[in-house]
Amino acid sequence: MITKTQINAGLRYAILIAVGFLLAYPLLWMVGSSFKFNPDIFGNLSIFPPPGRATTEFYPAAWQLSPSNTMAFYYMNTLRFLIPRVIGTVVSSTLAAFAIARFSFPGKKIIFFTVITTLLMPELAFRIPIFMLYRDIGLLDTFAALYIQEFFAVNSFFVFMIIQFMRTIPRELDEAANIDGCGPLRTLIFILVPVLRPIIITVGLLTFMWGMNDFLGPLIYLNSPDRRVLALALRGLIQEYDVTHYGRIFAAAFMALIPTLAIFFTCSRFFVEGAIASGGKE
Amino acid sequence: MSKKRKIPIAPYLLLIPWFIGIGLFRVYPIISSFYYSLFDFQPILRTSRFVGLDNYRRLLFDFPHFWDSVEATLRYVLIGTPMVLVAAFFIAYILNFKLKGVNLFRTAYYVPSILGGNVAVALVWAQVFGGNGPVNAVLGVFGIDPIPWIQSETFAPFVLIFLSAWQFGSVMLIFLASLQNVSPSLYEAASIDGARKIRQLFSITLPIITPVVLFNTINVLLRHFQEFNAAFLVTRRGPNRATDFLNILIYEFAFVRLQFGFASAMTWLLLAVIGILTVILFVSSKKWVHYSD
Repeated sequence: MITKTQINAGLRYAILIAVGFLLAYPLLWMVGSSFKFNPDIFGNLSIFPPPGRATTEFYPAAWQLSPSNTMAFYYMNTLRFLIPRVIGTVVSSTLAAFAIARFSFPGKKIIFFTVITTLLMPELAFRIPIFMLYRDIGLLDTFAALYIQEFFAVNSFFVFMIIQFMRTIPRELDEAANIDGCGPLRTLIFILVPVLRPIIITVGLLTFMWGMNDFLGPLIYLNSPDRRVLALALRGLIQEYDVTHYGRIFAAAFMALIPTLAIFFTCSRFFVEGAIASGGKE
Repeated sequence: MSKKRKIPIAPYLLLIPWFIGIGLFRVYPIISSFYYSLFDFQPILRTSRFVGLDNYRRLLFDFPHFWDSVEATLRYVLIGTPMVLVAAFFIAYILNFKLKGVNLFRTAYYVPSILGGNVAVALVWAQVFGGNGPVNAVLGVFGIDPIPWIQSETFAPFVLIFLSAWQFGSVMLIFLASLQNVSPSLYEAASIDGARKIRQLFSITLPIITPVVLFNTINVLLRHFQEFNAAFLVTRRGPNRATDFLNILIYEFAFVRLQFGFASAMTWLLLAVIGILTVILFVSSKKWVHYSD
């Protein structure tokens, strides 16, 4: 006999699988369409190309993303701002979080309050004056414009995340190191950082992923074709007025998402825990 | 006995980058953007003329595009935010039943949140909702005529709202974590009382997690106000300005037309709208958010 509990469980799985399929469909369709000619892409729902009509010819075409450069070039340019951005974010956020979470000192409350307040401030509030600032110090059309801020712990979200994580680590750990004569910086590097590893990785990965998606930053700051990043180069694809083969667009989109997807699936644990840490604990 | 506590120097040294960052990239910009908003400030024309509140006056009374944009922004924010929250909560609620494979689903549902803002996704999304795209193909199965999603003022905002809803995963994870923290003993007491699942949801679960609901609401709201990529790339601000969000209008006036004063005034009006909504949420939260202590 099928019990009511079993029916309920079945229903729940059905919903979860249906929702999962709905979420996955656009991505699967993208991958499938990258192997198809136009008539097979549109007007139907199938993901796979019809038998005998699959083609891989759009991949080389998509790899040659613009007449002058391949995707490798645009990937390299993206990394040129992304790697410093990740390093800057991780180092400066950890330093700030360490100071706030582990010391008591006059002004600490105000500082913590400021971190929380800036958490709620939309980034667009600062955009124009920062642009003027960069213009005055000659950072326009440089990669530095896309990462310099990150060396100054401006992303309160990450500072807050590391503070929250640090609070779960027993203080005895660093106090013991202190007694052994370790200075604060050595305590942080040799005692705390190994324990903080998961959250540091999460912060680094999130910075990386968000950076891969960053379109507005490069749009505002970068001009020269030499420094065009992937996000801007991809945009070029939809500016072509006459798209001959949509397969090429899908192949390029897929190749642009592969690194993000690969990193996500190898490190999914850190993302999921990070997302939870950002709001679950209070 | 009288061990007078020394003021430690280490935390201040550690916070040096943070102090510089907050000063240079947060406090200074917010003050100077208000200052700019009082000027007719166009560096290209080498103009910088004090105009008082004239930029604000022009925006509010002489510049209908601004109001179109306010309308488009609010429509997107006020439909999109509840949609994301409801989807996220509903899925979190289902995942919270001790089902096998929860971890797999939770990871899979998070993928769109990671990819959502990418230009590549925008390219795909435009085709998903294209004239002969799969969405219209599904409608065709039910005998519904194709909808010109991206070309229609009515439907274009929904193309973007659906894209945002697609990314409910990160919000869902936060709901799920809070649901998993609700003590099972509360439910036991309720089931002895014979409270049904649906009543448990509204009388036990929801009240307990209201602080997280508030947190998520504010976050999702802020995210919607700052939408840029999809509106810029998928619907290209149109048709007829139906998806010309304030964030994009500000971008245009600041970085394309280089009217920094006017764009700064626009920024401040947008901040005022965001501020008002946030304050309403916080003030009303005293009535509906329960903090247990």
